Amino acid sequence: MKKNLLPILLLAVLAAVPLVLQDNYYLHLLILFLMWVVIGSAWNLIAGYTGQVSFGDAAFFGCGAYTAGLLATHFGVSTWWGLALGGFTAVAVGLPFGWICFRMRGAYFALATLALNEVLRHGATIAEGFTGGMVGILIMPSFVSKIPYYYIALALAAASLASLQWVVRSKPGYYFVSIREDQDAAESLGIDTHLYKMLSLAYAAFWTGMAGALYMNYMGFIDPHVVFNLHDISIMAILVGIVGGVGTVYGPAVGAFVMVTVQEMFRSGFFGLFKWLGAVSGSDSLVRVAAVLTQAHVLGFGLLVVVVILFLPNGIVGDWPKIRKRVFRLDAGA
Amino acid sequence: MDVFLQTLVAGVLKGGLYALIGIGMTLIMGVMGIINLAHGQLMMLAMYVTFVLNTMGVDPYFSLFVAMPLLFLLGVGLQKFLLNPLIKADTILPENQVLMTVGIGMALTEIVRFGFTSDYKYITTTYSNETFFLGKISFSMALTIAFGIAIAFTVAMFFFLIKTDLGRSIRATAQDKDAATLMGVNTGRITVITFGLGSALVAAAGCLLAPVYYIFPDLGGPFTAKAFIITILGGLGSTVGAIFGGVTLGLAESMGATYFGMEYEDIIGLTIFVLVLLFLPGGFKRLTKV
Repeated sequence: MKKNLLPILLLAVLAAVPLVLQDNYYLHLLILFLMWVVIGSAWNLIAGYTGQVSFGDAAFFGCGAYTAGLLATHFGVSTWWGLALGGFTAVAVGLPFGWICFRMRGAYFALATLALNEVLRHGATIAEGFTGGMVGILIMPSFVSKIPYYYIALALAAASLASLQWVVRSKPGYYFVSIREDQDAAESLGIDTHLYKMLSLAYAAFWTGMAGALYMNYMGFIDPHVVFNLHDISIMAILVGIVGGVGTVYGPAVGAFVMVTVQEMFRSGFFGLFKWLGAVSGSDSLVRVAAVLTQAHVLGFGLLVVVVILFLPNGIVGDWPKIRKRVFRLDAGA
Repeated sequence: MDVFLQTLVAGVLKGGLYALIGIGMTLIMGVMGIINLAHGQLMMLAMYVTFVLNTMGVDPYFSLFVAMPLLFLLGVGLQKFLLNPLIKADTILPENQVLMTVGIGMALTEIVRFGFTSDYKYITTTYSNETFFLGKISFSMALTIAFGIAIAFTVAMFFFLIKTDLGRSIRATAQDKDAATLMGVNTGRITVITFGLGSALVAAAGCLLAPVYYIFPDLGGPFTAKAFIITILGGLGSTVGAIFGGVTLGLAESMGATYFGMEYEDIIGLTIFVLVLLFLPGGFKRLTKV
């Protein structure tokens, strides 16, 4: 119980946030953060625990989002059905793909996931009659306020973290790690590696699809370039996992927080800090810095990848002892 | 029949350039086992070098002599300061190097976007739109020249790898790094040189492509994808395979565009990619043994 105290406390704090904070802007950021917790922890199971790095999380994300959107446009039912079915659609796409492509190992599998995402993106673009093509799908959001979405996202994030913790402490969880460490050894010990890799993929696809369905409901608009996006979805998912800590339960949650903050910091020019400073001091150069910074968010992303991989290859949570030692000059407590 | 022949010619000409793009990638992948997801971005950079030189009145083909050494140095720097340190790092995932190249690619794209904005640039030369005819089949002048130079580079690369000392060291490192180290090859230096060479080759492809293509910062991604499709098709580390792979992809794309429709061009490449991975892992290299 003591071990779970901190997460439960955090959950309680997050549940209480809308009571205090009514500002839509911050709620929006928090919803994005919670969505990325879901995607990041799903990626972490397949990549961090099972060792099958996926570069195509957007494929499952898009499947979930399109399930919700297509149900609404073709059958006229509520997009919330997508939240019930989106995850399963992603699994339905993921399992045949995994069955075929788990014959490949390591980087080759990563490339195959990349190809899957590209094929789906082009497919969704070309099949205009069915998906609306580049016009995308636009729905009316069910709620005006952001608070219901916030609680749904929070429930999803909490459920995904709880299930991740449950999975990694169960028998399949140990099998996953054994596949990551040495697939041949795992196989020779009698583990059906193909089956367990598929299970791991199904889990990841399910939660990523759920996050996609949530995105459709919340944002109200999708098109192939938004949901099947390599940089904004797949790479971001990897970053969330890597920055937070590969192969740790709470790593992606930390990573999601850091990444959403960084993204927003660049996008808003450090929350308008430079613009404000420029206005106060009346200097034009600071305003110009603000303008440049807001354009630089992808550059910032790229540089962050480089720096994180170079100096914190195991992420904030994974390298926490190292950070404590370096920054706070504390011993890791043997 | 004419349509078919025309498609064939267009595909082969395009394939020559693809081969040049693929060789750089296949070298890097073969020697270091790194999937360089910044490959297309390096080419994009070379195209911008060509563009800048062209505004100063330098012919795109002469800018080969500037872009290739520049990109060689950049490649050397990237490998030495960003990729090699990762080999020693103790991590859970071996794919960190791949991710690093993704980061490098993003940074390169955005830096270029800062300097030149997202606008489409193009280089006009006297021969950009010129064509000549053999029978009823038209050949684009620029693409034909590019094809010739690309093949020359490819053949030169092939003999460099087979005959020279350095080439042999590179192949030895690709086959077995530990054994090569034991035989006195400085494998650290070889990886650095290889990355430089790969970058220089893709820079050459960029210069050759510049007169016939638009230049914009986001051009890197699709070409990275093409590069590894070619590499997988041809087999890792195989120059001859890269030629076959490049021409196959070029043919498949132009055939697909003619007989299925333009929008299927990319899907065809990706489908071939997955099929080859599944049914011919190791690519054409397996069939030719070179």
